[in-house]
Amino acid sequence: MITRSERLVILTLALVVVLTVLAPLALMVATSLKGDENRILLDIGSLAAFWVNPLEAEWTNYAQVLASQTQPFLRFLFNSVFVVGWIVVVGIFVNSAAAFALSRLRFRGRNLVLAVVVALIIIPMEALAIPLLLMVNRVGWLDTYQAQIVPFIAHPFSIFLFYQFFAKLPKDIDEAAYVEGATPAQVYWKIALPLSGPVIATVAILQSLEYWNAYLWPLMVTRGPEVRPVSLALAQFFGTPPPTWGDLMAFSVMMSLPILVLYLAFQRWFIQSVVASAVK
Amino acid sequence: MASLSIESLRKSYGSVEIIKGVDLTITDGEFVVFVGPSGCGKSTLLRMIAGLEEITSGELKIGGTVVNDLAPKERGIAMVFQSYALYPHKTVYDNMAFGLQIAKVDKAEIDAKVRDAARILKMEHLLDRRPNQLSGGQRQRVAIGRAIVRNPQVFLFDEPLSNLDAALRVTMRAELAKLHRDLGATMIYVTHDQVEAMTLADTIVVFEGGVIRQAGSPLELYHQPRNTFVAGFIGSPKMNLLPVTVVAATADSVTVAAPWMTAHLTVPVEPGRLAPGSAATLGIRPEHMAAGSETGLITGQVTLVERLGHQTIVEVAAGEGAGVTALIDGTRMTAVGSTLPLTFSGDDVHLFDADGVAAVRLKVPEIARARRERPAA
Repeated sequence: MITRSERLVILTLALVVVLTVLAPLALMVATSLKGDENRILLDIGSLAAFWVNPLEAEWTNYAQVLASQTQPFLRFLFNSVFVVGWIVVVGIFVNSAAAFALSRLRFRGRNLVLAVVVALIIIPMEALAIPLLLMVNRVGWLDTYQAQIVPFIAHPFSIFLFYQFFAKLPKDIDEAAYVEGATPAQVYWKIALPLSGPVIATVAILQSLEYWNAYLWPLMVTRGPEVRPVSLALAQFFGTPPPTWGDLMAFSVMMSLPILVLYLAFQRWFIQSVVASAVK
Repeated sequence: MASLSIESLRKSYGSVEIIKGVDLTITDGEFVVFVGPSGCGKSTLLRMIAGLEEITSGELKIGGTVVNDLAPKERGIAMVFQSYALYPHKTVYDNMAFGLQIAKVDKAEIDAKVRDAARILKMEHLLDRRPNQLSGGQRQRVAIGRAIVRNPQVFLFDEPLSNLDAALRVTMRAELAKLHRDLGATMIYVTHDQVEAMTLADTIVVFEGGVIRQAGSPLELYHQPRNTFVAGFIGSPKMNLLPVTVVAATADSVTVAAPWMTAHLTVPVEPGRLAPGSAATLGIRPEHMAAGSETGLITGQVTLVERLGHQTIVEVAAGEGAGVTALIDGTRMTAVGSTLPLTFSGDDVHLFDADGVAAVRLKVPEIARARRERPAA
């Protein structure tokens, strides 16, 4: 049994965690809505930095960011959505199909492939960047969308997540389908994939987050605003004088919104999947 | 519908042989039940028939065609799994229609077949539900419906009722028997439940260690078990198997004696290899024993009493360590620690030689030879 005082301690700790997580977000949103740069500089250093009076909120920063000719925000946003969209959508099919084969089909070298996939999870992007850059350069993909999409469709951690999920699905279900005349491809498409909702949500969120925030790789393979993602543009925007905090935060808010919406849309499944993998 | 023949069928996983040469013929429309202890290979054999396990050697024919290398869907079989194996994301209707949809059957035909199967199984009102909205019995019905709609040559059931509670099991058992009567289909059914085997089967096949120990009608197995394994496996409570020594043998009887018996017992069997002086095993079913008045063939102390109401199961210590189970009249007054005399007739008992092979009984009830009557097709 939890006593009253224990409950109070737990609640206080939870509140501290929540505030710590929310504080930067509050600062970002509040600052983005303050039109007067001097006011921002004045508020910084006090609690007023985390708050804006709704009646005084201004959208000028947003208007300025959207109107910039040299830094076309909407173009960057489109690039990011386009790149991440392709990676996630194609990735779901490719990674789940790979996981299905690894967990359900019997073939020579299956365990070796699985071991390699798991081992690949721990290799950081930084270690692969240079060889990958040479390859991309060789096929003439510099400054293209495909250079940002194709290398990241196959995602070892997603394969592993799908693998874990499929391994837990009762084998009888596949066998029942095989007896009814289904092929392995039909079992994957009509049975396994439709049952993977929670994993699809998890993979979609994790992969989106990873590539939405990608910085190093896009920096290496892109030059102009035509294909550059919004993450890179933010850094560039920050480096372009004169930087104003209000604009910068408006940029940040608009950059964070899509991923926030995605998370809210999938969070029920995401939590379900994370909890399931934690207790089983 | 189709017959099925199995010749010298074997299955090995590496060096471990699971099925060690099985020969079996199943006639068209027969209800065959595979029974045996865990790990005896009954489920493996069923899965081999289904095409879910490869056949290491031997030949499997369904409807006269060798199907060893055919995929499950080409064998004309349908299987009902112990876990039901329903597709959780599909409605009952779609679960039943799945196989036909894959085979690209015309939509109107699928609809007619699904609704027909639902009518047979009395679940028309469940068609729009998903499996997680159904009870265990309803789920099993859907699994059976899924088999019915495909109109297979052979139905395979892998312990279909073992996940259900006792009451539901009785109901479903009756429904399965009715289904077999109505469809007249060939059915192979794996179970470890004796009652299911006895009540459903035309033929029971008893497995042990990957080989068939005996195949025959339920009452044939009950009255004429060919060996001590089948004798002990069929019947509940289990048959008592007790050591005896042969004292005399004629052409139509064998007389045995044992320290735990108060007198010699003459059993009407063909002596076979049972010569005077040889060791043998006497098999007495608990239900063939009766509590005597003063003297009995066995007299011993009661060590266990289980009252079922109409009958009482008693365990009596007979001689050195040998416990005998008897099923006696439920009104008999008896208690643990009291002395109980038990009697039985030589006509009811079974005699096995030292290798556990039964001597042929000469007095067998007529019913042991009767086959179950089949409904006209």
